[in-house]
Amino acid sequence: MNLILKVWRQKGAGSPGRFVSYQATNVSPDMSFLEMLDVVNEGLIARGEAPIAFEHDCREGICGSCGFVINGVPHGPRRGTTVCQLHLRTFEDGDVLTLEPWRARAFPVLKDLVVDRAALDRIIQAGGFISAPTGSAPDANALLIPKDDAERAFDAAACIGCGACVAACPNASAMLFTAAKVSHLGLLPQGQPERWDRARDMVRAMDRELFGSCTNMRECEAACPKEISIAFIARLNRDLVKASFQPRRAAAAAGV
Amino acid sequence: MSTETAVRPREGALDARIPSGPIERMWERHRFEMKLVNPANRRKYTILVVGTGLAGGAGAASLGELGYDVKCFSYHDSPRRAHSIAAQGGINAAKNYRNDGDSVHRLFYDTVKGGDFRAREANVYRLAELSVNIIDQCVAQGVPFAREYGGLLDTRSFGGAQVSRTFYARGQTGQQLLLGAYHALERQIAAGTVRMFPRTEMLDLVVVDGRARGIVTRNLLTGAIEAHAGDAVVLATGGYANVFYLSTNAKASNATAIWRAHKRGALFANPCYTQIHPTCIPVSGEHQSKLTLMSESLRNDGRVWVPRRAGDTRPPGQIPEAERDYYLERKYPTFGNLAPRDIASRAAKEVCDQGRGVGPGGRGVYLDFADEIRRQGEDKIRERYGNLFDMYERITGENAYRVPMRIYPAAHYVMGGLWVDYDLMSTIPGLFVGGEANFSDHGANRLGASALMQGLADGYFILPNTLGDYLARVTPGGDDTRAAAFDAARRQVQDGIKRLLSINGSRSVDSFHRDLGRVMWELCGMARNDAGLRKALVEIPALREDFWKNVRVLESGEELNQSLEKAGRVADFLELGELLALDALQRTESCGAHFREESQTDDGEARRDDERFAYAAAWEHTGNLSQPRLHREPLVFEHVHLATRSYK
Repeated sequence: MNLILKVWRQKGAGSPGRFVSYQATNVSPDMSFLEMLDVVNEGLIARGEAPIAFEHDCREGICGSCGFVINGVPHGPRRGTTVCQLHLRTFEDGDVLTLEPWRARAFPVLKDLVVDRAALDRIIQAGGFISAPTGSAPDANALLIPKDDAERAFDAAACIGCGACVAACPNASAMLFTAAKVSHLGLLPQGQPERWDRARDMVRAMDRELFGSCTNMRECEAACPKEISIAFIARLNRDLVKASFQPRRAAAAAGV
Repeated sequence: MSTETAVRPREGALDARIPSGPIERMWERHRFEMKLVNPANRRKYTILVVGTGLAGGAGAASLGELGYDVKCFSYHDSPRRAHSIAAQGGINAAKNYRNDGDSVHRLFYDTVKGGDFRAREANVYRLAELSVNIIDQCVAQGVPFAREYGGLLDTRSFGGAQVSRTFYARGQTGQQLLLGAYHALERQIAAGTVRMFPRTEMLDLVVVDGRARGIVTRNLLTGAIEAHAGDAVVLATGGYANVFYLSTNAKASNATAIWRAHKRGALFANPCYTQIHPTCIPVSGEHQSKLTLMSESLRNDGRVWVPRRAGDTRPPGQIPEAERDYYLERKYPTFGNLAPRDIASRAAKEVCDQGRGVGPGGRGVYLDFADEIRRQGEDKIRERYGNLFDMYERITGENAYRVPMRIYPAAHYVMGGLWVDYDLMSTIPGLFVGGEANFSDHGANRLGASALMQGLADGYFILPNTLGDYLARVTPGGDDTRAAAFDAARRQVQDGIKRLLSINGSRSVDSFHRDLGRVMWELCGMARNDAGLRKALVEIPALREDFWKNVRVLESGEELNQSLEKAGRVADFLELGELLALDALQRTESCGAHFREESQTDDGEARRDDERFAYAAAWEHTGNLSQPRLHREPLVFEHVHLATRSYK
């Protein structure tokens, strides 16, 4: 099959970008989308043109490295699927596809389809953890956790940190990402002591990083390759309200 | 790269420094005998940790918690992307929560036997001992392991074991364990004990006065070549299975850090021990860029079969029971579909070589869930493996609840790596190696769910102790990168990059990588023989020569340049591949994943030769890639008696 790609090319963070058209000819429907880009890049290298830069690593939908927008949809048209797991059989011969990087103030473009997502790590640094220094743990079965709680925590913990939720949101909010982490830890008994500080601190960090606010557009949920529910955002909002009635804990989270 | 500043190992350098006394008390005693660094002095010591997977991430976080000054490096944009994230099945621990006869000693025994008696007993015992602490630690961090309705932890069975000791988090155990380590690491970054350098690739090790004192890195965004000094260096940079090009590893997984340390004097052990995983999705065409693993845990409920008759092209549903060959159950009635990976892989190759393989190209076997779906219901199977079935459907377009999966072996993991002693220190003092990057615990074959166990044992519990013992014996050297060796290493790295950019040949980096992969897979893959290995030893150097004449790397070194990154890594694979073949050639026995066709029993099983080969082969770089020097660490088995490994 043949495809026409309109790809955002941008040499570096400070340079202007533009769309450039490429043909992907004689590609197989069994290829993954990134394998198709590999083929296009091989052609570019053969012609002496710079290959398209895009991030990827595991190509199994779990590392969260990959992601760009295909025809306006983060990770492309197939629900619950990262772009590395998207196969060309999803498309029709002759389709015209526009590829762009994540667009958000908090995710500056570094080159072509590659953006800087370090802001997500800084949200985690603000409190996305349970303080459990190595060696201090009781026996694993000393703590009973109802199966349903563990499962719900897992549903939130499935986030791969790809940033599609931010790219999909008209406000470029990182609320789904933040809510997923707050919920993963807050649903477990181990996460209770730091629960209120965590919610407050992570949302504050999100604001500091210039992500927008959540206005319940639900685009994040539709774009999330791990299909994380916005019910977790509601849960985070409840935690934020409850947190406002809680005294702040001393800054024990400093890790000492 | 020149080797003028490389460390020459002393004669008899392979002292594993195994503590004396009974194996059950060894680690405890060793911890008492180790020197300690006073808490107030710890921040004066800088430790460079390269890699943020289970071993590196857990290690950097734990060392930071202890109060050392830690600098941590990753070529990813975030430490959470390390390839440990992709591990699916589970993590072993000798908790005996099932009351099914498990114990530390049994996990130790299973691991030594599973490794076909080519691992060091003392290390394996410690691993089994620490396995129980790992699960505790991970639960405390909030890892959402699978649970029973009563709220207790659930376990399942894995290959090579008859007890149920594998803890799991759906089919994403590696992800959840890595996120646990990542949270701990980010917590230390926030606390200021760990400084993180993302998008920074280590390109050389700096050795000063015979000790590892620093690394040279490239900033992948700006191309800046920088030197970092430290009092010790930890490499936790994963394995080299991408030497096969097609493997289940992530695309960027590479050997550059350990290979360049090897060229600076660290011995490289057992490079030929490469694990081929039996259950991966078969290759679908020339464009294939990587292979996808289907977790071994599927073999708990799936039955492996092929048609009895060669050339039978009927769809699986039309092949009656009597005309199917459930070959693992037939050949290994005791372990059946849960035979260890090396054995299951070779059995699949054998039936495909007989023309009984299924699917396009005939390189595939069925993994069939129909019986268990009938017995337990589709919902139960979906609950257990739903994400794997979904992934299979996305890649192949087939619904494995209705038709059997097609699977085939693929390169997955390497047991070989830098040689380390009991303290996980390489032959270069001050250079420690953890996780898949070292050779220590799995012998010639790793059992399922043991990689996560080893990575976390190294990172959380072993390195934080043994590094302290080393550091207590040296004076903190601070941030000083003025030593001549730093400049020399930096210049060499810069020259190497300039050279890659100036060749301007006609072939892409990937095309060379693909060619190398084909040679490695065909001649040094699941089955090896003298003639094939000698052929590989001609073809690999020829390909390497062609690479340095004909590779084309566009753009500059002062920007994000993904082809340049790949070029450096492939250049190293082209050297490592030769050592792998040399190692496979000298080991004329079959053991574990290393199968020499010349050394097999009448029924085609691996024939070990303990008289001649009960050693770890540790190779020294001599400056001539084709003539490395072999050192041997004899392996002594006092607790698990050498026996023919049988799973029948």
